[in-house]
Amino acid sequence: MGKSVRSKVVTMEEVLAKFEDGQTIMFGDWHGELSAEEIITGILEKGVKDIHAIAVSGGMPDQGVGRLINVNRVKSLATTHIGLNPVARDQMFAGTLDVEFIPQGTFAERIRCGGAGLGGCLTPTGVGTDVEKGKQKLTINGKEYLLELPLRADVALIKAWKADTAGNIAFRLTGRATNSYMAFAADTVIAEVEELVEVGELGPDEIDVASPVIDMVYVRTGEKKPVCPMWKRAREKAEGGKK
Amino acid sequence: MAELTGRALIASRCAKFFKDGDFVNLGIGLPLMCVNYLPEGVDLWLEAEIGIVGCGASPSWEDADPDLIDAGGQPASVIPGGSVCDHATSFAYIRGGHVDAAVLGTLQVDQEGNIANWTIPGKLAPGMGGAMDLCAGVKKIVVATDHCEKSGQSKILKKCTLPLTGAGCVTDIVTERCYFQVGPDGLVLRELAPGYTVEDIRACTEADFTVADEIGVMA
Repeated sequence: MGKSVRSKVVTMEEVLAKFEDGQTIMFGDWHGELSAEEIITGILEKGVKDIHAIAVSGGMPDQGVGRLINVNRVKSLATTHIGLNPVARDQMFAGTLDVEFIPQGTFAERIRCGGAGLGGCLTPTGVGTDVEKGKQKLTINGKEYLLELPLRADVALIKAWKADTAGNIAFRLTGRATNSYMAFAADTVIAEVEELVEVGELGPDEIDVASPVIDMVYVRTGEKKPVCPMWKRAREKAEGGKK
Repeated sequence: MAELTGRALIASRCAKFFKDGDFVNLGIGLPLMCVNYLPEGVDLWLEAEIGIVGCGASPSWEDADPDLIDAGGQPASVIPGGSVCDHATSFAYIRGGHVDAAVLGTLQVDQEGNIANWTIPGKLAPGMGGAMDLCAGVKKIVVATDHCEKSGQSKILKKCTLPLTGAGCVTDIVTERCYFQVGPDGLVLRELAPGYTVEDIRACTEADFTVADEIGVMA
């Protein structure tokens, strides 16, 4: 196929056509960092609501999935931690945001199962805690495990460093985090990237997720690697006395 | 060196559990203070749940890289020989028994080695993050905690009353007053902080415990 392979590069308009009310959406952000922020802005502007979100944390009110939570667009959240998002906490206690807390390793494996064709996984995590409520428990070689079921989404919204036009993507450093396995676990997978290169420029061992699982590549039009609001605030606070 | 007290003493004592080359997860706050008290010749592989083996010191803001962050989303660095991985692999290290030790803070801990540190129903519910996986997969779970709550109530109980993070997983409990090892028959008082007696510990501890034949001094 080589360089003639179909381009997966799309416009924001084409990206936003994939989103509608009531969808289950996976967000690859980590406390709102490593996040597809331009597409999230687009989702906000389109007015998409009643979202069932899956994200490792609740982001922050001005970062990542937290921006959608902040304006009441998220109906439920499957996550591991919301400690950095007081808005998510308040909505949870008020009963307007339905939060399912999942241990972090189990969160990863449930999504991995969803993307890898597995019917679930057996984990010792949560045995003897409230996490085991309502779950099947199996004893394997004398040790107890919980059966945890796969997680999938209608759309996975991930963020990568580079893509080629065929939709092969590459991450930088901790940017892979949850983005790498979420890319397998949705009907439509959209990658927001900083840089676009030609097919062949990313070598076989530089590609983290291969083209066949990526449906759309959106290339950032704004700042390639913006510093997130949390860092700006922390830096201003740290350097406040020096100005 | 001046005699350590309080949280510094806890961090210093916890740091003595580590051997050179150990792969260790330290929670935010007091547990992370352990790195300041590592014995001479002990270097660790610090793990960050997001997917770092060999976390280094916090970088300056000038050197902060938006693609290199720790579990709390703060700027991170990687030591020479360190590596990054995706988050599922990070928890394979944790759950798979590859991490030698974890130091965790807590709300409550009990004489059966149960730990409750993730929620107070109706009041505090940030989520368990990676704590339950650490409890399930790490060989040595050290609880580093104030001995009592501000109210004076013991945090070391006969039985945790809050929802558990892990059942029967705690191996050691270090407070500013003493060090308990968690054995098959319950807690064993192994060391006392300078100035404390066994009677002092009995007076401020709800849990039952036995006293080791030889009792050491925490440092």
